[in-house]
Amino acid sequence: MDKNVIYGINGPVVTVKDTDSFAMMEMVYVGQQKLVGEVIGITDRLTTIQVYEETTGLKPGDPVAGTGAPMNVLLGPGIIDNIFDGIERPLKAIEEQSGAFISRGAAVSSLDTEKNWTVTMKIKVGDELEGGQIYATVPETPIIEHRLMVPPALAGTVVEARPDGCYRLFDTVAVIEDEAGQRHELTLCQKWPIRTSRPVRDRLAPTIPLITGQRIMDTLFPIAKGGTAAIPGGFGTGKTMNQHQLAKWCDADIIIYVGCGERGNEMSQVLDEFSKLIDPKSNRPMTDRTVLIANTSNMPVAAREASIYTGITLAEYYRDMGYHVAMMADSTSRWAEALREISGRLEEMPAEEGFPAYLPSRLAEFYERGGRVEALCGEEGSVTLIGAVSPQGSDFSEPVTQNTKRFTRVFWALDKALAYARHYPAINWIDSYSEYFNDLDPWFRENLGEEFIEYRNQISALLQEESSLMEIVKLIGSDVLPDDQKLVIETARVIRVGFLQQNAFHPEDTYVPLEKQKRMMEVILHLHEKVKEVVAREIPISRVTELGLFDKLTKMKYDIPNNRLEMFDEYIQDIDEQLAILLL
Amino acid sequence: MIIDYVGVKEINGSLVVMDGVKGVSNEEIVDIKLDDGSHRQGRVVQIDGERIVVQVFEGTRRISLKNTRTRLTGHPMEMPLSPEIIGRVLDGAGRPIDGLGEIFAVKKANINGTPINPVSRVYPKNYINTGISSIDTLMTLIRGQKLPIFSGSGMTHNDLAVQIVRQAKISGADSSNFGVVFAAMGVQKDVAEYFRKSFEESGVLSRVVMLLNLSNDPIIERTLTPRCALTVAEYLAFELDMHILVIMTDMTSYAEALREFSSSKGEIPGRKGYPGYLYSDLASLYERAGMIKDHPGSVTQIPILTMPNDDITHPIPDLTGYITEGQIVLDRVLQGQGIYPPVSILPSLSRLMKDGIGEGYTRADHQALANQLFASYAKVIDARALASVIGEEELSPIDKKYIAFGRLFEARFINQGFNENRSIEQSLDLGWELLSTLPRSELDRVDDAVLDLYFENKDKKKELS
Repeated sequence: MDKNVIYGINGPVVTVKDTDSFAMMEMVYVGQQKLVGEVIGITDRLTTIQVYEETTGLKPGDPVAGTGAPMNVLLGPGIIDNIFDGIERPLKAIEEQSGAFISRGAAVSSLDTEKNWTVTMKIKVGDELEGGQIYATVPETPIIEHRLMVPPALAGTVVEARPDGCYRLFDTVAVIEDEAGQRHELTLCQKWPIRTSRPVRDRLAPTIPLITGQRIMDTLFPIAKGGTAAIPGGFGTGKTMNQHQLAKWCDADIIIYVGCGERGNEMSQVLDEFSKLIDPKSNRPMTDRTVLIANTSNMPVAAREASIYTGITLAEYYRDMGYHVAMMADSTSRWAEALREISGRLEEMPAEEGFPAYLPSRLAEFYERGGRVEALCGEEGSVTLIGAVSPQGSDFSEPVTQNTKRFTRVFWALDKALAYARHYPAINWIDSYSEYFNDLDPWFRENLGEEFIEYRNQISALLQEESSLMEIVKLIGSDVLPDDQKLVIETARVIRVGFLQQNAFHPEDTYVPLEKQKRMMEVILHLHEKVKEVVAREIPISRVTELGLFDKLTKMKYDIPNNRLEMFDEYIQDIDEQLAILLL
Repeated sequence: MIIDYVGVKEINGSLVVMDGVKGVSNEEIVDIKLDDGSHRQGRVVQIDGERIVVQVFEGTRRISLKNTRTRLTGHPMEMPLSPEIIGRVLDGAGRPIDGLGEIFAVKKANINGTPINPVSRVYPKNYINTGISSIDTLMTLIRGQKLPIFSGSGMTHNDLAVQIVRQAKISGADSSNFGVVFAAMGVQKDVAEYFRKSFEESGVLSRVVMLLNLSNDPIIERTLTPRCALTVAEYLAFELDMHILVIMTDMTSYAEALREFSSSKGEIPGRKGYPGYLYSDLASLYERAGMIKDHPGSVTQIPILTMPNDDITHPIPDLTGYITEGQIVLDRVLQGQGIYPPVSILPSLSRLMKDGIGEGYTRADHQALANQLFASYAKVIDARALASVIGEEELSPIDKKYIAFGRLFEARFINQGFNENRSIEQSLDLGWELLSTLPRSELDRVDDAVLDLYFENKDKKKELS
C-alpha cells in the first residue's frame, strides 16, 4: 500500500492528496500520535478526513494510515457502569494514562481486556446457530445479565464449545462453522460500525408506556417504550434537569446517557449523584444500569458528532439482548452544530442558518433507530430516544427544533416564563403534545382502569379552558368573572401548582407512581365537581376558598406519602363534609 | 537550519497567505520581521500543501507583498509561567507591559489548554459568600462555577464585579492562596484603570494578574487574551493550589473579534455573521473553570458581557447561557429606579446552587426561601402587568399586596450599598421578613414545618417589638 501523508489542515479537517487507498467512512490514524479520524469525502485529487482530536501540531507530510474498516465500537461486557468519550474510549482509563487533562492520541482499549468474566455457556457442539442468537451469558453487573450474541451476519454449526468458567474479553469460547466450511471464533465481544443500525427480526407497535414517575409526562404527554421524544427549551428552562430525572426514574432496564457538547460539571454531577442514588426496583446504585458518554463542549467537535451514534449503537446492542433501553441525548443541537461546523470546513453549500442541507435526513436516520422490536434472538426489546434540543434564542422556529419535531412523536416544550416563575418541570401544557396517546390507550385502560383516561381528559380540558380565560383576566382582572369561571381558574391553579409542578429535590415528590397520579387527579376533580354544585346554588365561591380546601390539595403531593394512598379517601371525605356544611 | 521566507502572496484583513513553506505545523507561531525592524507574531490557521494562511496578531497594516521576512518558531502559542506572574500587568497576548522585565518562565504552557477529563472533575459544592443579598440568596455563586454577568452598555456591571471581588469569601481561601486573574478585552483605558484602582483599594492588587487588551489594541490579539488569562489561572489553581477568580470583560468584544477574523478567512457565517463554531469556541474558554480531583485549587469564572441592544436572545448571551452554569442578568429599568445592583431576579439563575446551599453550607431553609421568593416575585410581575391595563386601584386586595411586596423587595432586598456586606443570615432573614408581608396561604412553595419556624416567628417578633 502507498504511504499516505497529510497535505492540508483546516481545523479538525485534514486532506490527503492523490490517493485511492481509502474508502468512504473508513477509520484512519492521522499523524505520529495516531489521532483517530474518519474519511468523509473522496475526490480523485483529495481525500478529506475529519479528525476526532485536536489537530494542533500536525504537519503536512505526517503519515495517514487506513484501518480498512468503518468507524466502529467494541461491544461486550464492561460497557455498563462505564464512562466513555464520543468514540468509546473509557475516560477512567485515559485519566490513569494522562491525568486530569485529556492528552491526544490516547491508545486505550474501549473495554477492559484483562478482566475475567464468569461465562455460562448456552450452547453445545452440534447446535445450529443463527445471527443474533445467544450463545453465553455473563453477569455484567448485579442486575444486568450480559447476553453474548452471534454477530448478526454470521450463522453456522457449533464445532467447538468451551465449558463454563472465567474468560477474558478476547478469549475464544466457541467456534462455529458456516455453510461454506469457514470457521469463526466467538469471543466475549464483537465490533459494529456506529453509523449502521443493527438488524432486527420485526418492529412492534409502541403500545407500552415508558413510566417516568413525572406527573406531567406520564399523565398528559406519555411516551411509549421504543418511542421518540424531544425536549426543546432555552437555557435555564431545565432540559438537563428533566433528562436527569428521566434517567433516574424511568422504568427502562438500561440507560444510555449521552452528554453531547454540554458542561463538564454536569457530567461530574451525574457521576456523583448516580453512584449514590439507589434504584428502588433493584436496590442497587443507579450506575449498575447506566452507561455515560461524555463529550463535553470543549472536547473535539468531530467526536461530538460521533457520540450520538456511539450511544445509539450501544443502545441497540443491549436491545438485541432483550432489554428495554432508554437513551438520553443532551443536546442534539450541539450535535447539529458539530455537523454545521464540519460542513463549513468542507465549504459545502449551506441551507438554513448555515446548517447543511442534509441535517433533516441525519436527524431522521437517528430517530428511526429507536423503536420496540422483536430481536434476532426472539426476545422483545426497545430503544427509547429522548433528545434535548437547545434552540437558539429560545426560538422554536429554528431548523433543529423544527426538523426534530418532524421525526419525534412526543414534544415536551419547555417554557421560559414557567422557568422564570420556578415552575418545574417547565413543560408548557398547551404547546406540548404526545402522539402515542392512542397507541397507549388500551394499556392505560387495562392497567389503571377506564377512569384514568377520563380524568386525564378532564384535566386537560380544564387547563385549556383556563388558558382562554386567562386572556380575559389579563385584560380586566379576575374579579369580574362569574363564579363558575372563577372555579375553573381556581381548580386549574390546583392542577398547575399541586399536580403539574413536581419537586425533583423532594424525596417523595421526585418519583410518583401512576396509581398516586391517578388518585391525585381524582381528588382534584372531585373537589371541582362538588364546588360546582355549591356555585350552582349561588353560594359565593369565596366562601369555599376560605375553607382552605384548594390550598390543602396543592400540598397533598408532599402531605401524602407514595405508600399511603388510602389517605386520599380521607381527603375526599373531608371535602364532602366541609362542603355539606355550606350547602345546609 | 532556520529559513526566512521573504514576502507574502496575499493579504486579506488580518490574514496573510504565504506559498512554498515547508515543515510547518498546524497552529504554529511564526515571527514576521518587517523591513523597519519591527516584529509581529502570527499563527498558522490553515495549511494546503505548501500554501499556508497566517493570522497576524498585531494586524497587517504596513505589510506589503515584499517587505517581510517570516520565520517559523516550531511551537504553538505558549505562555511563560512562574509564581512571579502574580501581581504583574501583561498585554493581551501575555507579554509584560508594566516595565518590570520579562517573566522568567518555570514552565511554558500551550494557551489553548487541554480539556479536563470529565471523570477527573470534582462537582463544585462550596459556596462563595459575596455579601450581596440577591446573589447569595437567589443565585448563589459556587467555587469552581462559571457565572456570567449579562449586562448592557452603561449599566453598573463593573461596580458589581468589583464588589464581588472585594467581598467574596471563598471557604478554604485566605490572603495567601486567593488570587484574581483579570482579562480586559476591548474595554476602555478608564475601565481598566477603574478595576486596577479598585483592586488596589481593596488590597488584592498584589494578588492580581492583569491582561489588558484595550479597545484600541489589535483585534486579533483579543482572541488570545482570554486564553492567556485562563492558562495563567489554571497554572495558579492546579499547580500552585490557589483559589482563582477570573474576571473576563467584555466577552462581546471578544466574540466580535472572532467574527472579524472568521469573515476575513472567508468562512460560512452562522447567525448574525458570527462563525458557526462560536459555541465551541466560547465553550473552550468557559469550560476551563472547575475543580479537579486531588488538587485543592479552583478556577471560578465571572465573565461579563454587554448584550447588544439589551437583547438576551442575541447569539453571544444566548450561547453563553447554554454553556455557563447560570447567569446574573442586569436590568435597565431597575437601574433607572436607582437600584444597585440592578439584578433582574427572574431570568437570573445559578445551576450549581442547589447542591451548595442548605444545611451545612448556608442554612436549612435557604432553598425553600429562594423558591418562594422567585415564585412570589413572578406574581408581582403578573400583578404589575394587570395594573398597567386596569390601574392599580382596580386590583384585587391580594394583587395589591403583591404590588406592595414587590416595591419593598426591590427597595430593601435587591437594593444595597456598594460598600454594604451582608452576611448570609442577614440576607435570609430579610427575605423571610419581606415574605411575611404576604398572607401565609400565598406561600405555596414552602413546607408548613419551615413556615412555622420562619413565618410565624417574624410575626411574633413584630408583635413583641
